[in-house]
Amino acid sequence: MSGAQKAARAAESRDIRNRWLLSAPALLIVIVAAVGPLFVMLLYSFMVKGDYGDVKFGQFSLDGWSSVLFQRDIFDDTLGLADAHLAIIWRSIKLSFLTTLFTAILGFPTAYFIATRPAKTREIWVFLVTIPFWTNLLIRTFAMQQVIRNEGLLNNALVWLGIIDSPLQIMYTDTANLLGMTYVYLPLMVLPLYASIEKLDFRLVEAGYDLYANRLQVLRRIVLPLVSPGIVAGSILVFIPSLGAYVIPRVLGGGKNMMLGNLIELQFGAGRNWPLGAAISITLMALVMIALLIYVRNAARSGAGHA
Amino acid sequence: MRKNHFDLRAQPGFGLITLFTFFALYLPIAALVVYAFNASESLSVWGGFSTRWFVSAWNNDAVQDASIRSIVIALWASTLATLTATMAALATTRTRPYRGLTFKYALINQPLMVPEIVTAVALLIVFSRIKVWTGYSGLGYLVLAHTAFCIPFAYLPIRARLEGMDLTLERAAADLYATPWQTFRRVTLPLLRPGIIAGFMLSFVISLDDVVITEFVKSGGQDTLPTYMLGQLRRETTPEINAIATVFLALSVVLVMIFFFINRKRE
Amino acid sequence: MSAEQRQRAIEIRGVSRIYGEGEHRVTALSGVNLAIAENEFFTLLGPSGCGKTTLLRLIAGFDFPTDGEILLHGEDIAPLPPFKRHVNTVFQSYALFPHMTVAENISFGLQMLGRPKDEIKTRLDEMLELVHMTAMRNRQVNQISGGQQQRVALARALAPKPQVLLLDEPLSALDYKLRKEMQVELKRVQAETGITFIFVTHDQEEALTMSDRIAVMSNGEVRQVGTAREIYDQPSDRFVADFIGESNFLEGEVTTVSETSARVKLSSGVEIDASLPAGKTPSGKVTVVIRPEHASVGEPGPDHLNGTLEEAAYFGTDTHFHIRLDSGDLFTVREQNVRSVRDQHRKGERIAAHLGPSAAQILKDRS
Repeated sequence: MSGAQKAARAAESRDIRNRWLLSAPALLIVIVAAVGPLFVMLLYSFMVKGDYGDVKFGQFSLDGWSSVLFQRDIFDDTLGLADAHLAIIWRSIKLSFLTTLFTAILGFPTAYFIATRPAKTREIWVFLVTIPFWTNLLIRTFAMQQVIRNEGLLNNALVWLGIIDSPLQIMYTDTANLLGMTYVYLPLMVLPLYASIEKLDFRLVEAGYDLYANRLQVLRRIVLPLVSPGIVAGSILVFIPSLGAYVIPRVLGGGKNMMLGNLIELQFGAGRNWPLGAAISITLMALVMIALLIYVRNAARSGAGHA
Repeated sequence: MRKNHFDLRAQPGFGLITLFTFFALYLPIAALVVYAFNASESLSVWGGFSTRWFVSAWNNDAVQDASIRSIVIALWASTLATLTATMAALATTRTRPYRGLTFKYALINQPLMVPEIVTAVALLIVFSRIKVWTGYSGLGYLVLAHTAFCIPFAYLPIRARLEGMDLTLERAAADLYATPWQTFRRVTLPLLRPGIIAGFMLSFVISLDDVVITEFVKSGGQDTLPTYMLGQLRRETTPEINAIATVFLALSVVLVMIFFFINRKRE
Repeated sequence: MSAEQRQRAIEIRGVSRIYGEGEHRVTALSGVNLAIAENEFFTLLGPSGCGKTTLLRLIAGFDFPTDGEILLHGEDIAPLPPFKRHVNTVFQSYALFPHMTVAENISFGLQMLGRPKDEIKTRLDEMLELVHMTAMRNRQVNQISGGQQQRVALARALAPKPQVLLLDEPLSALDYKLRKEMQVELKRVQAETGITFIFVTHDQEEALTMSDRIAVMSNGEVRQVGTAREIYDQPSDRFVADFIGESNFLEGEVTTVSETSARVKLSSGVEIDASLPAGKTPSGKVTVVIRPEHASVGEPGPDHLNGTLEEAAYFGTDTHFHIRLDSGDLFTVREQNVRSVRDQHRKGERIAAHLGPSAAQILKDRS
């Protein structure tokens, strides 16, 4: 190896060392206050629950994990399915799917409409979507609560219009959760959809019309397949926070319509079953990771397809 | 002029749905703001215009405390996050891939991937034990937790800015006898400034807005404005909470607008 | 419907297209009239921004005329959406659907027309055969070369058997050799299918070699319509003469007029014979156009265009002589380099351009 090569090699390893030093503070903070605790929680999920919360440190047990799906009958000690937990997991998945669906039904036409405006007005429309996106989630949930309360705007309007006689009970139902999540996560659907529709080559739309496709056929056969990466991105961005929703079901759903987030909180609070809470948390994380994995694989495939 | 032409880009009904979407997005917020100015105690009956709830919120000690605490935490967290994220961005861009680079990306962006409630209870587990061991239960925990989830938000715009930066400018500086530090100080940093400002503002807003992690990490008497509001929602609410929300909302909108215009100027 | 009308595939009547209003008003087309016959290879030729693509888009239905009518076999199609016109387009960018295979792209139009499956299949096979792409039928369109994409775009547009095929600079993205091949290919396909082609290009050579008739356009207007030979030999105005091939322009005054030609006294005092433009008897001041290859270099003399040789540029097959005439005009002569040994002309030498019989043409319009 020549002297110059040696010097270059030394400079490179020095550069890499400097780069590690430079990134160390950020990495350390993330490890201490985000990633590390997740591993501690994994450990906790395998311990015996403490009598007043926390765990009995050093005593291992699989009870936390088995009680995610099963429960021991208090009379004959047999193992049965934990119906309450299953119902909550099912509700979380179902509501997240429906939220994704509803945001897509509203979000796609909106994003398409914005993307087909002239460049100047387009910016204003996008800005109008961005504002609610950056507005505090709690405030938006609270705003929704005021609309759907029994004496809220929606019920008052419906009664005033004579459509109903007495207010509908929307608060503390699954509908409330669904309305709240759709409202809160709608911008998360519109923005990625807009980004992908804006990039759509409208000459392909012209080609479609030229080849005798009508509006619906152009939409279904050309526009939708071409913007499908945006649809997937938007769906993931809505589905993941919906699955882990905590504030919205707490404010709008009440105690009877818990979602996974509230079930987790319950175990760390009144339930005093930290290992179970930890196990549910990891289950939730796993569900999210599966959704992300589907997204990554889809993105890789469509990326390769259009290369 | 012939009017009966065919618009290639239009789709029937999309305009109406868009209208509905924006109506649905803004109606609840508008209602919230309107009732903040209600003179009566009710959230459904209009009792005339008044700013009494803003006054009562202003004079509410708990609100004052929570607001100050929110801002202190957000300032600390966004400063720390921006500082460390800038360093991390410098360390992870404009280089050939080296061992550990992907690991760094994954780690820095990790807080974006995990549901907040999961991080929140994990922090609860760890911090509650540390609180017992050390006896310290100050704002440090909240600042640390907020910094961690703000780092990816600060990192993304700074990294984007760095990657779009022309390397020849720095080579030119080096060519003109600037030492690496002078090059950084006089060329890189000024060019990076819009990215850093964007990163700082993003993390400030993100920290200010946080409810879930704060709710689980805070010790007694450490309410921030969002957790205070969450606590109030359990009770029968008065327009005072609308007034607080309105001020909070105005602050967010102003920050977003500044952010938007900085971004536009950059283009 | 008269016999004459039936032969017309497309008729453009007084079509204008104006974008914007007030200060931002832009006239893309003004009062265009054209009649394109059945089974014709018709070319719209002109520089970029002349309105040729706008006209094509109006026929296709992607844009609508501000004024005028577009008749397809006698029926006004201007108000119809693109999917109700039996007209198909080969796009400049090809606009192949990236999420479909070659076969899916070609079948698309027939599927949209709701044709039965076996008919679509037969037609697809025919089309693949026609453009020699049978082996590529199941490829994704981004996995084939530019030339192959071009063939697929052509097959896709032809598959529904359009009454008129529109081609928007379809060869501009190809390299020189491929472009030549595709020119021959397009002519063959047109002959085999018998479909009317309307071809848009800014490449005069392409236009001259391929077209039955050409419309030369500029600034949203049609300047001249005719066969390649008519347009080259009898350009109606200075723009056409300048845009198609190279030309020398000389100013002069008509002295005497006979049946087919006129005597023109040039500004230098030399008198030459020039043929008359079709349908117009000129008088007074006129512009005369002379193609460089219709003149030759020779000794100065009283009946020739005398001057000084400024530059002799050697081009392999021929040589261009740039002569500064005594009148001050620059005159170009193009001579073939034949094998025989020739006089070597030097820069600065006194020289003259000798005009062949009927080399000079009087332009219809002086502009």
